[in-house]
Amino acid sequence: MSLIEVQNLSVRYGGHQVLDHVDMTISCGEIVTIVGPNGSGKSTLLRSLIGAVPVASGKLTRAEGLSIGYVPQKLAIDPTLPMTVARFMSLPRRQQSRDVAIALEQAGVPDLSTRQMTELSGGQFQRVMLARALLAKPDLLLLDEATQGLDQPGSAAFYRQIEEVRARLGCAVLMVSHELHVVMSASDRVICLNGHVCCQGTPEIVASAPEYRALFGTGTQGALALYRHDHNHSHDDGCDHDHGHGRSPDSGAIPLHQATRSKVH
Amino acid sequence: MLDDFLIRSTLAGLGVALAAAPMGCFVVWRRMAYFGDATAHASILGVAIALALSLSVFLGAMIMALLMALAVSGLSGRGYAVDTLLGVLAHSALAFGLVAVSFLSGVRIDLMAYLFGDILAVGKTDLLVIWGGAGLVLGLLAWRWSALLTSTLNPDLAHASGIDPKREQLVLTLALAVVVAVAIKVVGVLLIAALLIIPAAAARPFARTPEGMAVIAVVVAALSVLGGLQASLMMDTPTGPSIVCVAALIFAGSALGATLHRRLA
Repeated sequence: MSLIEVQNLSVRYGGHQVLDHVDMTISCGEIVTIVGPNGSGKSTLLRSLIGAVPVASGKLTRAEGLSIGYVPQKLAIDPTLPMTVARFMSLPRRQQSRDVAIALEQAGVPDLSTRQMTELSGGQFQRVMLARALLAKPDLLLLDEATQGLDQPGSAAFYRQIEEVRARLGCAVLMVSHELHVVMSASDRVICLNGHVCCQGTPEIVASAPEYRALFGTGTQGALALYRHDHNHSHDDGCDHDHGHGRSPDSGAIPLHQATRSKVH
Repeated sequence: MLDDFLIRSTLAGLGVALAAAPMGCFVVWRRMAYFGDATAHASILGVAIALALSLSVFLGAMIMALLMALAVSGLSGRGYAVDTLLGVLAHSALAFGLVAVSFLSGVRIDLMAYLFGDILAVGKTDLLVIWGGAGLVLGLLAWRWSALLTSTLNPDLAHASGIDPKREQLVLTLALAVVVAVAIKVVGVLLIAALLIIPAAAARPFARTPEGMAVIAVVVAALSVLGGLQASLMMDTPTGPSIVCVAALIFAGSALGATLHRRLA
């Protein structure tokens, strides 16, 4: 069953066409990642799914009663607005304080509930936002570069939690990520976006698609080599492929130099 | 009991304080201070029109304030910065209002009463209108509280939870127009914004949650009304400005207290 279906979706900002006839479907329980260069409309696509962006043309169908958990790229809380972590977790729907405590504990930030949101570090803030999104027991979790500001182990732990959450709640996850190594190991499906859908499919299919290589190929040989090692073609740099990352979510195990190189900015 | 003018004016002031303080919190959180000011200034035109047509001053002021707020919301984002737009519309409305009032024979003497309020002349009908309006505003805010707060925090988070931030903005605009209309008699159009913003600003350093800030702001506003009334009786000063002066002194104390607390902590 599809949770959300997008047909022929176009979005314009002023005279600029941000999304051009995008087709996409998210089904129950799958983890889908959107990759694409800056300005390719990744965030706009996510925001159009929650209804925050006026749609110029096309059709957006949501399953009836669909509950969405949304973790934005950045959330600036006005310093004039006092807000404890516990209060933030209860927006917009009041939550039991026991549930709030459990959610914060699962997000790895158990002792923050009385702290002000504005006092949190970037990493703590992201975890609290994820915990809040999960409290609503979403059918679909939307993550817009949710690991921004997290260090390497932090972001690895974040994605591990996403997999746990999917296993526990059975919710689908749609995320935007620049961390290609994570994308390739933790996603069921990858959508490569650049205003339009360039290519989509399993990580293996996308990584070997010419459209994907055209966007990410040049200047990131090291990164690409990582994803092609399952395929039966040879590499120029002659590196052997025993750095087992495959489909294991343990992205922290990737050697640091490859992890750094595989980020696309 | 209501035959005593002092009791009537106390009740009128408290009614306005009760509605203006929580409303003022939203004005502060959403950075709408100028917006509140402009709406209040515009209401003098409504007063003039109402007097000319022998309509209810309350109704005239409210409709004009609402029109003004809707005009600013509608025109913003069309090439003019909001502060420019507010400067143009607010002062134009005030100027037209003052000119319009001058055409009305016999009203000129009363002008001061509308610019600075005339709380000591509040009648039983006024009291009914003030408490009716205050009740309406409190009811609106309480009913939409969670949705208003979520949209104030972040429009995208609101969208994701199925809340329409535009609709909540409209609710706030309506509430603001009612507050302006009921506050004219008490502090006058020139000082309404002060009654909205100062109590909320004074409450901020001592609040940890949005609800806490609203409650503290109500207490500050009520103390200002009581203190201002007393001061104006004792020193024979204009009552509306005296109320604002007391509020300003409380704010100064609060700011000083917060600074000392930070230094010592």
